[in-house]
Amino acid sequence: MADKLLVVKDLKTSFFTHVGEVQAVRGVSFDLSAGEALGIVGESGSGKSVTSLSLMKLLQYPGVIKEGQILFEGNDLVGKTEKEMRKVRGNDIAMIFQDPMTSLNPVYTIGNQIIEAILEHQNVTKDQARQKAIKMLELVGIPSPESRVDNYPHEFSGGMRQRAMIAIALSCEPKLLIADEPTTALDVTIQAQILELMKDLKEKINTSIILITHDLGVVADLCSRIIVMYGGLIMEEGTANQVFYEPKHPYTMGLLKSIPKLHKKEKERLIPIDGTPPDLVKPPTGCPFYARCEYAMRICQEQIPPYFSANAGHRAMCWRMHPEAPINENYSKVSNKGVNHV
Amino acid sequence: MSKQLNDNDVLLEVKNLKKHFVSKHGLLAQHTTRVQAVDGVSFKIRRGETLGLVGESGCGKSTTGRTIIRLYDVTDGEVIFDGKDISKISQSEMRHYRKRIQMIFQDPYASLNSRMTVGDIIGEPLDIHKIAQGEERQKIIWNLLERVGLNKEHANRYPHEFSGGQRQRIGIARALAVNPDFIICDEPISALDVSIQAQVVNMLEDLQKELGLTYLFIAHDLSMVKHISDRIGVMYLGKMVELADSNELYDNPNHPYTQALLSAIPIPDPDVTKAAKRIVLQGDVPSPINPPSGCRFRTRCQYAMDICKEVEPEFKEIAPNHFSACHLNNK
Repeated sequence: MADKLLVVKDLKTSFFTHVGEVQAVRGVSFDLSAGEALGIVGESGSGKSVTSLSLMKLLQYPGVIKEGQILFEGNDLVGKTEKEMRKVRGNDIAMIFQDPMTSLNPVYTIGNQIIEAILEHQNVTKDQARQKAIKMLELVGIPSPESRVDNYPHEFSGGMRQRAMIAIALSCEPKLLIADEPTTALDVTIQAQILELMKDLKEKINTSIILITHDLGVVADLCSRIIVMYGGLIMEEGTANQVFYEPKHPYTMGLLKSIPKLHKKEKERLIPIDGTPPDLVKPPTGCPFYARCEYAMRICQEQIPPYFSANAGHRAMCWRMHPEAPINENYSKVSNKGVNHV
Repeated sequence: MSKQLNDNDVLLEVKNLKKHFVSKHGLLAQHTTRVQAVDGVSFKIRRGETLGLVGESGCGKSTTGRTIIRLYDVTDGEVIFDGKDISKISQSEMRHYRKRIQMIFQDPYASLNSRMTVGDIIGEPLDIHKIAQGEERQKIIWNLLERVGLNKEHANRYPHEFSGGQRQRIGIARALAVNPDFIICDEPISALDVSIQAQVVNMLEDLQKELGLTYLFIAHDLSMVKHISDRIGVMYLGKMVELADSNELYDNPNHPYTQALLSAIPIPDPDVTKAAKRIVLQGDVPSPINPPSGCRFRTRCQYAMDICKEVEPEFKEIAPNHFSACHLNNK
């Protein structure tokens, strides 16, 4: 436990809106080692972004962390004041968002915004900060950084803005980088550039990464461990190979089946997951996936399943994994292995 | 599933289509900028088939779709629908064709009027084209709702009461109301969650089979486009760079841009994606205001030669039904 960079224990976050309490995150626990890349996958409303905002304590009114602990290097962030959090943000944990244009301030130059972050957290002169800013831009692959440092965000393209965001985030050498859908707003070829960059930087500066995305393809490339979220809970957690090749949760299986396979010659029908995600104002008493699950049993409606572990480091929240669960031929046969090749 | 498509049975033919947006600025509007959004695109769509159109933002794929249905005026070229050139006819004549050509939009939140009930949204095209009234109108609406997997009771509700996937179904029901032959699907699934995308795609495929629809499917998600399309056209900066059967395009991509685009697709399979050799294109798409001379892709192309700067490559057939515009094919 001591070598874990981040330990999240039973995190519960709710939004107290006028329609009632929206239980966005309903008890999430996971941990992260130094230098590790963790992917959190889920659809809109699964609680993946709220989890990441909770880690940074950037929840906006009416969002509140109700319960749980966020231990960063052993210190609990939940009890920290706003002033104390300011030291953590940027210095220890940095974050990049989906839309770089709204995250950058349009009236300051890119350089100013990097310098601001450096001066806030490090004891350096303005000149040194500027040199550092240029170095950071070079690191993230901005051509001719000496002149580009004085550009405004609108003079950058979408991909370059995301690179600039990464430069700001990494300028104070954070131990953890949280990337919330960093490539969703970008084109495929630009997405490939940013993913290559993140892979490269991970090796160069050994920052831990939490990558939040809805795109299974993106996590398969970058992350060694994957968490699948649904209805505010972690449905499944395992190494990339475990989750993709031996999925244990029907939701994970469903996701894998619903994406088209590129190399298939014959047109095959996609297998969708019927129905829609649960309403988190009144979350179901049992498993959140119950209503859409093809392997559902009676107990699934009544009780939230505990985690069952399949292999070392591989756990899933599903009654089908209970030793006494009736055997279903199709369940446990699903595998994504070998269906894609290049 | 290979459909029997007759080459002579062309529903839509686009010939050298151009759409330039001209904006005037300066004190006396003396300066003009010309955005060459679509600059000479030609293709045919056969009855009952799905043509996919892919490319990055700004490549002109959506503009092509919108110009075909005359939401934009055509700058130059022809759009021949069922034997008649509709690129220059008046808007009132066009209204007749809008009964046969419909469109589904990307954003199911923005494309439905939030103050109208779902029944009225679907019924509006029936009123405009004077197709049905009263009880008959109601019946058609109910039928359409059921056809897209919703039910009668939904007719009295408002769009905000529906999820993204359901709203897209409403948009599809509205497009189907006038009984069209041809539907332009402009990024219909991009705003939807993965598990919902498959539901909508399956429905589009079912409707095509039942009603004999022809689709132009515009999207940037290449794996979904590959799944739904019979043939695929790849666009870059206002030009069509490659066009082929979807399997052929994925197996033997000819144009360097297509190759890069395909290799950039993140594959949801850890072993495969780690083993894959990715062609990472440098830089960004140039501005369509001042596109590069010759081949528009040359600034990012790893094979660029001297000729690419001077001569625009010809879009020609390099194998049966496989077209590509690249100088490498002339070697």
